[in-house]
Amino acid sequence: MQSFEYASPTTLQEALSLLSTQWGEVDILAGGTDLLALMKDYIHTPKRVVNIKGIKELGGIQQTSAGLRIGAIVTIRELLENELVQKEYPALIQAARGIRGMQLRNMGTIGGDLCQRPRCWYFRNGFGLLALKDGKSLIPDGENRYHAIFPQGQAYFVSASSFGPPLIALGARVKLASTGGTRELPVEQFFVAPQREGEREIALKPNEILTEILVPPAKGVRNATYEIRPDEGVNWPLVTASVALRMEGNRVASARIVMGHVGPTPVQAVKAAAWLKGKQITEAVAEEAGRRAVEGAKPLSQNGYKVQLAQVAVKRALLAAVAK
Amino acid sequence: MAEYRWPPVNQRRVIGRPVNRVDGLVKVTGRATYSSDVRRPGMLYAALLTCPYAHARVRSIDVSEAERSPGVRAVQVLAPAGTEINWAGADVAMVAAETEEQARDAVRKIKVDYEVLPHLVKEFDLSRAQAMNRAKPSGEAVTGDPDQALKEADVVFEGEYTIPVITHSCLQPHGQVVAWGEKEIEFFANTQAVSTVGADLAKALEVPAEIVHVQQHSVGGAYGSKFQAESWAAAAARLSKAAGGRPVWFHLDRRTELEVAGCRPSYRARIKIGAKKDGTITVWDSQSWATGGFTGGGLSANLLPFVFVKIPNKRFNHTAVSVNTAPARAWRAPNFPQVAFLTCAALEDLAAQMKMDPLELFLKNVQYTDRPEVYAWQLKKAAELIEWQKKWHPRGQGEKGPVKTGLGIGIGTWGGLGHAAQCRTRIHPDGTVEIELGSQDLGTGTRTVICQVAAESLGLRVGDIRLKIGDNRYPVAGASGGSTTVGGVSAATRRSTLNALDELFKRVAPSLGVSPDQLEAVDGRIRVKGDPSKSLSWKEACQKIGNSPIEAMGANDPKSPGGLISGGVGGVQMAEVRVDTETGQVRLNKLVIVQDCGMIINPKTAESQCYGAATMSICAALMEERIMDQLTGRFINAAYDFYRIASIMDVGEIVVHLDNRPEHDARGVIGLGEPPVVPTIAAISNAVANAIGVRVPEVPITPDRVLAALARRKA
Ligand SMILES: Cc1cc2nc3c(=O)[nH]c(=O)nc-3n(C[C@H](O)[C@H](O)[C@H](O)COP(=O)(O)OP(=O)(O)OC[C@H]3O[C@@H](n4cnc5c(N)ncnc54)[C@H](O)[C@@H]3O)c2cc1C
Repeated sequence: MQSFEYASPTTLQEALSLLSTQWGEVDILAGGTDLLALMKDYIHTPKRVVNIKGIKELGGIQQTSAGLRIGAIVTIRELLENELVQKEYPALIQAARGIRGMQLRNMGTIGGDLCQRPRCWYFRNGFGLLALKDGKSLIPDGENRYHAIFPQGQAYFVSASSFGPPLIALGARVKLASTGGTRELPVEQFFVAPQREGEREIALKPNEILTEILVPPAKGVRNATYEIRPDEGVNWPLVTASVALRMEGNRVASARIVMGHVGPTPVQAVKAAAWLKGKQITEAVAEEAGRRAVEGAKPLSQNGYKVQLAQVAVKRALLAAVAK
Repeated sequence: MAEYRWPPVNQRRVIGRPVNRVDGLVKVTGRATYSSDVRRPGMLYAALLTCPYAHARVRSIDVSEAERSPGVRAVQVLAPAGTEINWAGADVAMVAAETEEQARDAVRKIKVDYEVLPHLVKEFDLSRAQAMNRAKPSGEAVTGDPDQALKEADVVFEGEYTIPVITHSCLQPHGQVVAWGEKEIEFFANTQAVSTVGADLAKALEVPAEIVHVQQHSVGGAYGSKFQAESWAAAAARLSKAAGGRPVWFHLDRRTELEVAGCRPSYRARIKIGAKKDGTITVWDSQSWATGGFTGGGLSANLLPFVFVKIPNKRFNHTAVSVNTAPARAWRAPNFPQVAFLTCAALEDLAAQMKMDPLELFLKNVQYTDRPEVYAWQLKKAAELIEWQKKWHPRGQGEKGPVKTGLGIGIGTWGGLGHAAQCRTRIHPDGTVEIELGSQDLGTGTRTVICQVAAESLGLRVGDIRLKIGDNRYPVAGASGGSTTVGGVSAATRRSTLNALDELFKRVAPSLGVSPDQLEAVDGRIRVKGDPSKSLSWKEACQKIGNSPIEAMGANDPKSPGGLISGGVGGVQMAEVRVDTETGQVRLNKLVIVQDCGMIINPKTAESQCYGAATMSICAALMEERIMDQLTGRFINAAYDFYRIASIMDVGEIVVHLDNRPEHDARGVIGLGEPPVVPTIAAISNAVANAIGVRVPEVPITPDRVLAALARRKA
């Protein structure tokens, strides 16, 4: 890892003043479970690292009138153990359970999870996030078994965050602060597919800190996450699906279905969700919703199986959401 | 003269007991030292520059900026201009600096201009390999008349199977601390060959072997990849010399460790087997190809068919493919897990085609093995432990729902005859017992079994033995490979301790008024046989030694093993898996291991070997795979996020049954490090086929492959 200057401010304002307007100059350090690996591999070579774990106002989980406020430096473990989350947001708990490493749960933060870099092996081996060679991505002709089945432009990597899909399904927003003030974004707008090498996969600006996540109340919203993992270890899912169903009686009034690890951002299955309106979730309906969710998928040479996995994940997430 | 035999079962006091590891406490409390823990005064840290290309020629290399980098004390160019590099991760240059960070920073300042050359990193496209002149036929071996036998067979089955390259994945990466001083080279090694690795380093450095002093306490795994001194040790030694003899610490980073520090060959085979209606196999015909890296990948004809070696008609045809990856190294039971998979998968597929219970087919054909009775017994024992009769169903005819279970069989063999080893025993007048061997404990329990053997001979407790291993100044002992260590060290220790005891008896006998041969050492006392009232405590007895300690040697010679050791073991494993046929996820419910290994010194460490070995093969069966990217020439998953190995949750229930019936005990000690790694992949692959009704022809059996196999069946 390259030498760097280290700052550990205790206020948000101080932290913000230490950031840069250019990517690559300064990195924010939360749990460090991703950042340190990136630095050791020289994928990130910041001149300054700003630790935000000492900033109290970035912590804590509170119930507010607008729903749940989750501070950015809340750890995965704190989230898992929080009763408010357990009560209304099984989709978040199930996603958090998938992150199996105790060390990851103890150190990793929810803000860091949303901001973590993709796991694409070309990216992690130093070939760039889009893995371009002479302007063309290496991925379609390369090793792409874990890559996107819903690519966007030249972006074939998959978004890594396990919390992205359930937060989008639940209609959550993120708050981003800079020295100029704060802004809020729906989580689905936080994830973006970069068009050019050097662009980020999140809407965060280099001089901003993600300060909190606001999740609307989910009383009566049936929600669940279903992950398909290659094994039981400390590992990445192959595909995930999160769903949130607003019910009228036992029929769906409105639905959100979001798939993870299938595209450079979490992918919303808008049509499948609309189709669910007015329906009762049965095995057959869930299966059909799964089928509709993967319509338009464009698998690569080695990842066709992910279409089937996404279909099954959606089906099982829907059934889990309505299970007693 | 002592009689070199093992005591009869009912007289063993320490041997055969599940003694805890003597180094367990220092390990679990973090006090055991590995080469990477060694800290010496004035020590420098080295970092390595490796080549990012799979095939390239170095046009020029400029280290001047690195030499001026802060903290740098020495730089070694390992691939000077003109060097042709044949795999990514190969050595280019090494830098020693005051801190590891400074060394890494400096390495990045080295400027190398490469001429990038065409590469081949994937072995299974044979026509491409042939076009690039990378495929070398390694001959054909024929027994009987396979073509005629195929014509005459009642049933012929044909299948193709693939098993990829995997790495050793030692928990502790390769590396060492080395100091080239004025009089000697201190070598804090990380090796499975304490007695020979020093001479290996000396040869590379062109210095006399005796000046290299090797020391080692613990090793974080080796599995066949840590026999040599390595280019990194030689380079670090030269850096040390250039820095005035300051010790140099160097260990590989994980990526380079995975890329270059050990892997085993892949195999793909097309197999034809013919059989009679009753399941008796009459002919085997296989064509295989494989790579063991840049140097190709041989496979000797006697390895296929595996175990069923006496099938009367056989053809074996193999092609070695050279690819631009680091050469393979011996990997725990070299080649055997792969050929066990190829053979047992083909047999199980034949049974399925014949609508026969594979257990019956295996039993029918044990006649073609070297040890029919042993395999028949082990097959039946394993079947009993996994409840074969109750749980087995014809292929694909299990549960109705999406999750299916299945059972499968794997079978294996190994040698394991103890290696040459010498042991020195000293009994001091104060009663202390010192045992010395130039051996090593790779985590297998070697220290513990030596102490048990010594304690047994001397009538003492394990804790009474002061054992010294891990130093090339101790009596020479073999490298730990081929499951030869336990036989080698226990036989040498037995002889040496009995020789020492003989001498003690001579000195003690007069004071007990008997002849030496009337004495025995039991429960911490030297006593007269048949008259336990006439005895001395160990301490009192040792006071009769005089001023200088008793010293006695003992050796094991595999060429004349005597009754203490032998070689040749068999094993059968049966797996029960469950497969989610909608997602392709496979989970291991249970694995039964039935294994013979001769006389068992410590059932606890023996079982541990089985757990560890099976776990490695569970990884190979379900998750582990080196993925080479032809576009970049890189081992693209050379990190533990996507180079997947099992967690505790993936292992399932493992049931170990050590087959130590009296006839096995009578054969003496035989090694067990490798045998249980052999049958597992086959058992799991067969269980998956049984569960889902179709063979997944390639391991690891990952969701994509399961779904593809199911889709092919539907089509
Ligand atoms: C083996 C392994 C398996 C894993 N499996 C999973 C998994 O299944 N699912 C999953 O979701 N994750 C998984 N992870 C990732 C893990 O959850 C993340 O690394 C972790 O959540 C990141 O949090 P952190 O606090 O450690 O972030 P850091 O490593 O500190 O930061 C990560 C990135 O986010 C930026 N950042 C952090 N906080 C903020 C903030 N508040 N504002 C702006 N930028 C910020 C940092 O600058 C950095 O770029 C896995 C990681 C490993 C190593």
